[in-house]
Amino acid sequence: MTGKITLEVTRYHPERDKEPGLQTYEVPLRKEWVVLDALNYVKDKVDGSLSFRWSCRMGICGSCGMMVNGEPKLTCATFLADYAPGPIRVEPMKNFPILRDLIVEVSDFLVKLGKAKPWLIREEERPLTEGEFLQTPAQLDTFKQFSMCINCLLCYAACPVYGLDPLFSGPAAIALAQRYNADSRDQGAQKRLDILSHSDGIWACTFVGECTEVCPKNVDPAGAIQQYKLTATKEWVKSFLIPWGRK
Amino acid sequence: MPGSAQYSPKTFRTRVSTYWWLGRWPYLKFILRELSSVFVAWFVVIALLEIRALRNGPTAYVEFQERLRSPILVAVNVVALLFVIFHAATWFNLTPKAMPLRLGGKRVPSLFIVAPSYLVWLAISVTVAWIVLRG
Repeated sequence: MTGKITLEVTRYHPERDKEPGLQTYEVPLRKEWVVLDALNYVKDKVDGSLSFRWSCRMGICGSCGMMVNGEPKLTCATFLADYAPGPIRVEPMKNFPILRDLIVEVSDFLVKLGKAKPWLIREEERPLTEGEFLQTPAQLDTFKQFSMCINCLLCYAACPVYGLDPLFSGPAAIALAQRYNADSRDQGAQKRLDILSHSDGIWACTFVGECTEVCPKNVDPAGAIQQYKLTATKEWVKSFLIPWGRK
Repeated sequence: MPGSAQYSPKTFRTRVSTYWWLGRWPYLKFILRELSSVFVAWFVVIALLEIRALRNGPTAYVEFQERLRSPILVAVNVVALLFVIFHAATWFNLTPKAMPLRLGGKRVPSLFIVAPSYLVWLAISVTVAWIVLRG
């Protein structure tokens, strides 16, 4: 495949520009090229000032998420040929403040992720001499899907609730909390309950379901949130019936 | 100030448009699904009014039925029926996401959760239709 394809790329320089604008670049249209290759071509050969995040080029690091023709995509897994004859519009991920060009400010997510306590919590640590925590394949299966999250934040870019209400914990943070709640080695479900069943947690989700659709790792955050709604309701009924039972 | 924001002179935040749901079909479908609740409520109100008419005697009930036959109400009810069917179908399709069942350590395929819902729906609808239409 030869020829060229046009990229319409968002440019924003925080010190010079009042608001973001689009700049057009012609790039070679090659069968094996993804959008990220085209951006790297622009940076190497055409305009070195173009800024964007990327690292692994193979759908593992989760750095290169952007809007491609309005859809949240990992640009390392989005082929130019699928958009021929173009033009292809490449914009920074929606629902996040733009730092520069295609780079967005994601600290908000990192704060929320920390609050969800995405690590194994033990009430009492076991001494190392007792060996590792064993897990059956079935036990692994209950959370494995959620553990595939690469924090690419495409789900936040797809979530209209997060766009309208930036206080919402969001799909990935809740899915990762659920990943540890469902882990047989974890004992921290009660500690995560308050932050998850908060009005800015699961109950802000209206089940649009687009987070699951755009997820490149099939994590299904929408499923995680709905499942947790059931858990939180059960916990609420329990604490209502047996108010002294909750630790 | 969080993270890298303290080193950056400013960031640009795009405002979400009021019409964000118009651009993409999945978003529009979501809004239509939310809207369908209004039509579910509409049928509930009609059913309640019908019960009231029934309580007020045979004349009131016939009058109420006459009123339901007006072209405008028939048109509204057809639209409402379409929305309620849409509501029910999308609800059934979403069920396996919220309730993943496990049997023998394996996740039950979505079809086995969705299909029985549709079958029960069909069975109830046929029963109701039989009761209503036989007289």
